[in-house]
Amino acid sequence: MAKILKQRNIISLLILIAIVFPFLTKNEYFIHVMTLSFIWMIGVYGLNLLAGYTGYLSLAHAGFFAIGAYSLGILTVKAEMNFWLAFLLSLLITGILGFLIGLIALRTKEHFFAIYTLCVGYIIYLVIDKWDSLTEGVRGLIGIPAPGKAGPINFEEPLSQYYLVLFFLLVTVLIVYRIIHSLSGRTYIAIRNSEDLALTIGISTMKNKLSVFVLSTIFAGLSGALYASFIRFIGPDIGQISVTFDLLTYLLVGGIGTLSGPIVGTVLIVWLSQELQFLQDYRMLIFGPVLTLLVIFYPRGIVGALTGWKHKRDEKRKPQAARASSMAFGKSQVTVDKPVKEG
Amino acid sequence: MLKLQNVSVKYGSFTAIENLKIEVEEGQIVVLLGANGAGKSTAFKAISGLKKPSSGEIFFQGTPISRRTADKIVQLGIVQCPEGRHLFPAMSVYENLKMGAFVHRRKKDEIKKSMSHVFELFPILKEKQHDPAGSLSGGQQQMLAIGRALMSKPKLMMLDEPSVGLAPLIVEQMFEVIKTINKEGTTILLAEQNANAALKIADKGYVFENGSVVLQGTSNELFSNDEVRKAYIGA
Repeated sequence: MAKILKQRNIISLLILIAIVFPFLTKNEYFIHVMTLSFIWMIGVYGLNLLAGYTGYLSLAHAGFFAIGAYSLGILTVKAEMNFWLAFLLSLLITGILGFLIGLIALRTKEHFFAIYTLCVGYIIYLVIDKWDSLTEGVRGLIGIPAPGKAGPINFEEPLSQYYLVLFFLLVTVLIVYRIIHSLSGRTYIAIRNSEDLALTIGISTMKNKLSVFVLSTIFAGLSGALYASFIRFIGPDIGQISVTFDLLTYLLVGGIGTLSGPIVGTVLIVWLSQELQFLQDYRMLIFGPVLTLLVIFYPRGIVGALTGWKHKRDEKRKPQAARASSMAFGKSQVTVDKPVKEG
Repeated sequence: MLKLQNVSVKYGSFTAIENLKIEVEEGQIVVLLGANGAGKSTAFKAISGLKKPSSGEIFFQGTPISRRTADKIVQLGIVQCPEGRHLFPAMSVYENLKMGAFVHRRKKDEIKKSMSHVFELFPILKEKQHDPAGSLSGGQQQMLAIGRALMSKPKLMMLDEPSVGLAPLIVEQMFEVIKTINKEGTTILLAEQNANAALKIADKGYVFENGSVVLQGTSNELFSNDEVRKAYIGA
């Protein structure tokens, strides 16, 4: 049993399910919801890199999501650019703006950083909302083309769009996985652990924070660009702060600072909201308390709780003696930190 | 090698250290003695670049360093082993050591060499290299903190209260290792409350009180000084 549950097998199984999902359900609406979930997941992964692994809670991510979406929209609709060129450019634009904003925002820390980015997010929303000549303001951008043909594949169909988005999600997960298990990843975790300690072993914290901030905004931009090409219409409300909080909710429920948290949280919340749609806005009456309880009792979300249980179980299986020796001085002064085991 | 010239550090309006004059020669072990809050750790922070002095200058091998960022100072060869053995608890012993070699990250061979050197000094770390650092005992964590500092191949190593919270026998071992590291060519600056153990291995010392040096001298002078004996040795 334990062998079947090995991480690699679970991952392969999940990918397989994602691939055959459209054939299991012929319902186009389900495919639509799933595609949207994948798009959100990419943004959540971006947020996770920064907030989860580096410890910098950015509340500007809806803004960067909107920048990605609007860059693609404006370049394709107004400048009539080739889709894939516009797609690449929109990631570049988000990255450059992320770099400039990060340069200033990262001079602040902790709650000041959160408040600063909250303001940045709101400013981005306002710019989109008010700059009529560029963004069409509240009327929104209509007629954004679906992804152009890539060889023989046509992305007009919902099914092919589903696979396109899935492809980008898998690439995102792979990149994040590689980063987390590299020296850069350990550097980010070191910064989260203690910035002073990171400095005293010679890590240039500013350089690393800036690189992870830019990376994180690019993922948000990618998510936004995919959203624009999938929904084909965007309005300023996609840059609203509530979108940031949606992303953050997905991340918190799934497990902040875990590798599979963004997937678990997004799928769960998106489907739950679908199922509870008959409750309309009263849904929040359920989500609010559940989220509060979750943050109190399982601050690392569902994935964090599961890995915690698994560790405890493994610990129990260890021979008594080995455990005793590892516990003896275990509680001495270490910088307090959440364990960083991947979920 | 290291020279603090009239260094003052302020936290807001509170002056943590004032007009500090300290000199460390190459190859020495120098100890800063003093109670909690006397300013030892602040002096370390000023040297390692974590806290900018409000006035005065710090020279390392003749170059002024007080305007440099902390990571650049590590590159120059000053490394700090912070108080309370701050490790990366979720990372393994091996990963912690590897993080210590961050400034040499492109030189894989050197990292390997430093790693085996650390394992020679602390064989227990080799045994436990795959365990998470948070699961080590207090003494082992201190060894890991020192080992990690060594990984950056420092010219000057600053140790902030390496004996705190350790059993006497372990303290003795720890100071033996510090002596060995010093003999191998690393200059040591030590902050301690355990004057007895520290003065035994040190060449000279400074006694801190309320942010300034009230007494200084060779370790023999300090050891026989009545006030020091009363305040820090208890005999």
